[in-house]
Amino acid sequence: MTAHAAAATTDHHYTATGLPSWKVGFWTFIASECLFFGTLISTYMVYKRSSVQGPFPHEILNIPLTSVSTFVLLMSSLAMVLALDGVTRGSRRLSILWLSVVIVFGSIFLGFQVYEFTHFVGEGLTIQRNIFGSSFFVLTGFHGAHVTGGVIWMVTLLILAIRGKLPPERALAVEIAGLYWHFVDIVWIVIFTLIYLIQ
Amino acid sequence: MTTVDHKRIGVMYFVTSLFFLFVGGLEALIIRAQLWRPEQALISAELYNQLFTMHGTTMVFMVAMPMAVAFFNYVVPLQIGARDVAFPRLNALSYWIYLCGSLFMNVGWFFGAAPDVGWTGYANLSSLRFSPGLNTDFWVVGLSILGISSILGGVNFITTIVNLRAPGMKLMRMPLFTWMTLITSFVLITAMPVIAVALVLLAFDRFFGANFFVTSAGGDPILWQHLFWIFGHPEVYVLILPSFGMISDVIPAFSRKPLFGYPVMVYAGVLIGFIGWGVWSHHMFSSGLGPIADSFFVASTMIIAIPTGVKIFNWLATMWGGALRFNTAMLFAIGMLAVFTVGGLSGIMHAAAPVDLQQHDTYFVVAHLHYVIVGGAMMGLFSGFYFWFPKVTGRMPNEGLGQLHFWLAMIGLNLTFFPMHMSGMYGMPRRTWTYAEALNVEIYNQLSTVGGVLFGISVVVWVLVMLRSARTGAPAGANPWNSPTLEWSIPSPPLHYNFPQLPRVRTREPLWHDGERESVQAASMAEVTVEPEMPSNSFWPLVVAAGITLTWGLVMTGLWWAPLLGLVPTAVGIFAWAFEDPFPASAHS
Repeated sequence: MTAHAAAATTDHHYTATGLPSWKVGFWTFIASECLFFGTLISTYMVYKRSSVQGPFPHEILNIPLTSVSTFVLLMSSLAMVLALDGVTRGSRRLSILWLSVVIVFGSIFLGFQVYEFTHFVGEGLTIQRNIFGSSFFVLTGFHGAHVTGGVIWMVTLLILAIRGKLPPERALAVEIAGLYWHFVDIVWIVIFTLIYLIQ
Repeated sequence: MTTVDHKRIGVMYFVTSLFFLFVGGLEALIIRAQLWRPEQALISAELYNQLFTMHGTTMVFMVAMPMAVAFFNYVVPLQIGARDVAFPRLNALSYWIYLCGSLFMNVGWFFGAAPDVGWTGYANLSSLRFSPGLNTDFWVVGLSILGISSILGGVNFITTIVNLRAPGMKLMRMPLFTWMTLITSFVLITAMPVIAVALVLLAFDRFFGANFFVTSAGGDPILWQHLFWIFGHPEVYVLILPSFGMISDVIPAFSRKPLFGYPVMVYAGVLIGFIGWGVWSHHMFSSGLGPIADSFFVASTMIIAIPTGVKIFNWLATMWGGALRFNTAMLFAIGMLAVFTVGGLSGIMHAAAPVDLQQHDTYFVVAHLHYVIVGGAMMGLFSGFYFWFPKVTGRMPNEGLGQLHFWLAMIGLNLTFFPMHMSGMYGMPRRTWTYAEALNVEIYNQLSTVGGVLFGISVVVWVLVMLRSARTGAPAGANPWNSPTLEWSIPSPPLHYNFPQLPRVRTREPLWHDGERESVQAASMAEVTVEPEMPSNSFWPLVVAAGITLTWGLVMTGLWWAPLLGLVPTAVGIFAWAFEDPFPASAHS
């Protein structure tokens, strides 16, 4: 019986790779999510020119407006990095500040999306109207739902931070939330490029 | 109901999938009774449609997959020297979602509206216009729920195998069953999201008036076929790879020889998982993809036969010159090898597009797919069952009844499915509730029906084996088969924390090497004064599973806000779960 194995028996955090299981598991989950969004985006691309009646993408998609919301979402990723840094350093003030910025920026992005959806419905583009409407709303709607889930997650972390329950030892929780947040951001970059920029 | 122990969850998976095996089997036997004579009207065509749809869906998603997952659960942590899976509560969640989803889909029977569009649910047959009833609704919603279970299970097993291996258990020292579980899990997490999206699109069409598969609005039903088979073909390997893994552990144990060509077996498994992603359109030759696409998929399909063939020859080479013991587990392994090869050969016939065009949608295809799923996947599961039964129960399986089970199953399945090659060649179409007398296929159908009954009896014998052996079987001891891998170093049945101390592994066959065996057993059989901390029970997985089912179920109302109601219990469950201490409170003192 070696000393190493003896130590391992008392430690339920032992892993073969040295990485925390949560991190390995979450990366695996993200791999799965890639296929999910990949399929939704492919569906949109396949159906890009299939609509038999308007409104068509080029008539209705507003590039300047969405560029602004895209910029806000990208900046929220920066805030996410700084929030993790704040937690790792053990600074409650910085953690609260940057987590709040993530939440505010994420909410602004969602606000833009709500405005965009309402505007489109006003213009006659609904999920039932044509195939562009169907694939556009389902794709961006699922992305928006992911952002919403992320915002709720961040609010939870913020409450923990305010109560002082987010010490550096629990930075992993923030890091994993960050992985999710950055992933959702990257997906949006693909969506923005393929749907808005390349029409 | 609140357990998070991987062994208990494994047994729960097994019992549930066994129940659905009887449900799906009963459906099959009613189908066989209807086909006993030409132009018979024992049951209505509508009921027939529901029966073959639910038979396929049940056998794939509620029997073959979860029964393999039962073995993943029970065996994999033991094989890699771990105390549990990486996420025990997530594991419980996967089980409860599987149970809820399966029950949900079968609820359709009580409304006389079980799904009836085939297990492939081809759009636009499954669109609202052609299937207006509740039938397809149950299918779309039920299958979506089941998919979540598979993705979570895949994440859990990848993390477990990557992260929880005992010291010294390098990847290339893992037992083949663990390897195949790892590959299957990767296929699951990548293939399930694709069917999830396909189901989401269909759900939006059906419940919220979207146009994805509405041809008048520019929708393309072929997209459904692509999405379905991009999932569906990897799914075939999800069914067969666990079985490959099982017999790769069974054959060396009963030949008293290490597995022939271990690294090649691993690489062949990886290749099958990988190439499995590039063959999906061979299910769609008749949809008119054009010669270029057809040629590509003909070639890739034929290529995937190579790693499969490598595996078959390696199993044979493992047995060559070995000290063979023909116990029930070994008989099923050899039986699987023979019968699966028949299915593999007819698969290569289908790979050629011109041949496939003749055979498409005939009973020839039905023969092929049953030879690989029953002859391959189920025979492998039977073999694994007899192999690990002593570990789970601590008692030996009854050899006499076991061999009766084997011969009944072997004769039954060949008698059922071989004549289908003939009826298919004569042009009998699948998924049709009766056939014309002039087709001259009555005799083949009657042979199939007799075979089906025999196979059904064999499954009853199997249950008898379980009931009798679990109560009166001879005590098994830690390693009744003299097998080489870690799960056989601990007592049968294992302690709830599996390993008192984590063993240190130095080779692929730790129990077959003098010196290593003693050191491994010293760790596995060590007396402990303080029991290792194990996660405490939790009922939040059950709450979350019920919440997810409710959410999806409420989608059927077609009101956009209704599913949000189901998100309430889901969210409560997730938050309570996140803030619950996974270990008992005493562990911190």
